[in-house]
Amino acid sequence: MNNDLSVSLSSSLLELIKNTSSVIPPDVESVISGLRPSEEEGSKARWALEVIEENIKIAKELKAPLCQDTGTLLFFIDYPKHFTAKTGMGCTDLTIAIESAVMRATEQGYLRQNSVDSLSGKNAGLNIGPGHPSIHYQESGQEEASLEVRLILKGGGCENVGVQYSLPDTGLGAGRDLRGVRRVLLEAIVQAQGKGCSPGFLGVCIGGDRGAGYVESKRQFLRRVDDLNPNPELQKLEEEICNTANRLKIGPMGFGGKSTLFGCKIGCLNRLPASYFVSVSYMCWAYRRQGIRLRWNETEKRFEISEWLYNANNSNNSKSKKEGCL
Amino acid sequence: MNKSNPSSNVNIQKLLYPYDREVIRKLVVGDMLLISGKIFTARDAVHRYLYEGGKSPISLQQQMLYHCGPVIIKDASGVYQVKAAGPTTSAREEPYQATIIKEHGIVGVIGKGGMGPKTLEACRQFGCVYFHAVGGAAQVLAAKITAVPNVYLMEFGSPEAMWELTIEDFPVVVTMDAQGNSLHEQVKKDGLQALQSELDRAI
Repeated sequence: MNNDLSVSLSSSLLELIKNTSSVIPPDVESVISGLRPSEEEGSKARWALEVIEENIKIAKELKAPLCQDTGTLLFFIDYPKHFTAKTGMGCTDLTIAIESAVMRATEQGYLRQNSVDSLSGKNAGLNIGPGHPSIHYQESGQEEASLEVRLILKGGGCENVGVQYSLPDTGLGAGRDLRGVRRVLLEAIVQAQGKGCSPGFLGVCIGGDRGAGYVESKRQFLRRVDDLNPNPELQKLEEEICNTANRLKIGPMGFGGKSTLFGCKIGCLNRLPASYFVSVSYMCWAYRRQGIRLRWNETEKRFEISEWLYNANNSNNSKSKKEGCL
Repeated sequence: MNKSNPSSNVNIQKLLYPYDREVIRKLVVGDMLLISGKIFTARDAVHRYLYEGGKSPISLQQQMLYHCGPVIIKDASGVYQVKAAGPTTSAREEPYQATIIKEHGIVGVIGKGGMGPKTLEACRQFGCVYFHAVGGAAQVLAAKITAVPNVYLMEFGSPEAMWELTIEDFPVVVTMDAQGNSLHEQVKKDGLQALQSELDRAI
């Protein structure tokens, strides 16, 4: 990969990281700002929501990290057919450009020094290392030489309350059907309390092996909050979980209240006859997700940002529903 | 009006440095406060270090700990700039907190998510309170930090170091008091009860 291409690509990715760290996507922001009236004026829950809204505003104005835990960087990259033939680049080059952007964003204070050697406990301060950042590549099947890069920053507090159930779960009385799935999802929410920084959001995968299940549960966070699950049964379950969760009196930060969950997205993978996993990932209110389309400029032999993927008017061809579930 | 201060119809108190243990003992679950003075960040590495008998680089008698791994960078003139500083999940410090409260004479712990029975008991016994800050509100809270006079234990890495922070009107809620009450225990109890009635209802 030539040096100019590498530098320009890394700069575009740095833009993506800065924006993801400091600006909550409009679909998430509009749902969160709609929660306030559900909590009583003067209550701790209402105050927490007010602080959250103010925080969203300040972070955007200052272009500063929304939350100090800038989390695991989860990159999801869709590359077009014949990508390497057209651009001369491969996934290794992309990974190098991403790592360079991550190091620059860390130096500039958009990311915390968040990558620790698991055995020695040493923090090299660079934010790169085995498993960091976490990058998932897939071929998009598109002919046009454009890359789609989506980024999620997922903090440790909400990651720690994620959980995987193996059904049947006799203790919880959860069998291998959607009723059982509902049972364990509600359990996950009540166990998480405010520890994942509620009001939160669930990404769920039914099926898969243990590893694929968790990845798919996180992939659900790429869906817009206001999209509709194409499977009517899952769509109904997503709504039901959300409505029920908000009757569990957990509330913002676990202070008690009505706004506990502002969304739930459920996907499925096939499973082995012997296995039935339900993988649950919890996302905090500081739901940092953004994406860019990078168009290949054939004349200049470089990529340019041609679109931000989660802007307000871009519904990703999904049918819209009413906001939130409260 | 500064919106991070609770609405006007809430009884809001100010808590000023130096912290008085007798004032701390009188606080109750649900009290909303604005703290001004100083706090020391301490998260996993510092807690483990102190718990295992490591010497604190500065006396923590009557001081407050803040469960926080901030984003702090040095600007061109060598001054520390706080870029983001919200609370981290406190539950991870549950194995260590009670001992540290006892041995170092801590009067307040600020964090998020609440802590367990060992810490609650130490709060009751030694006169300490758990304050809940709004998780994720790194910018609102960073704006309440007016200076960074010192940093200790930098060998643990920037987020894990012990940063001395000067704060002004730092907004918190008491969720575990020195009288043995925990909002977290109550909310969980209510939640489990509500869950049971949801499960009894046919879908």
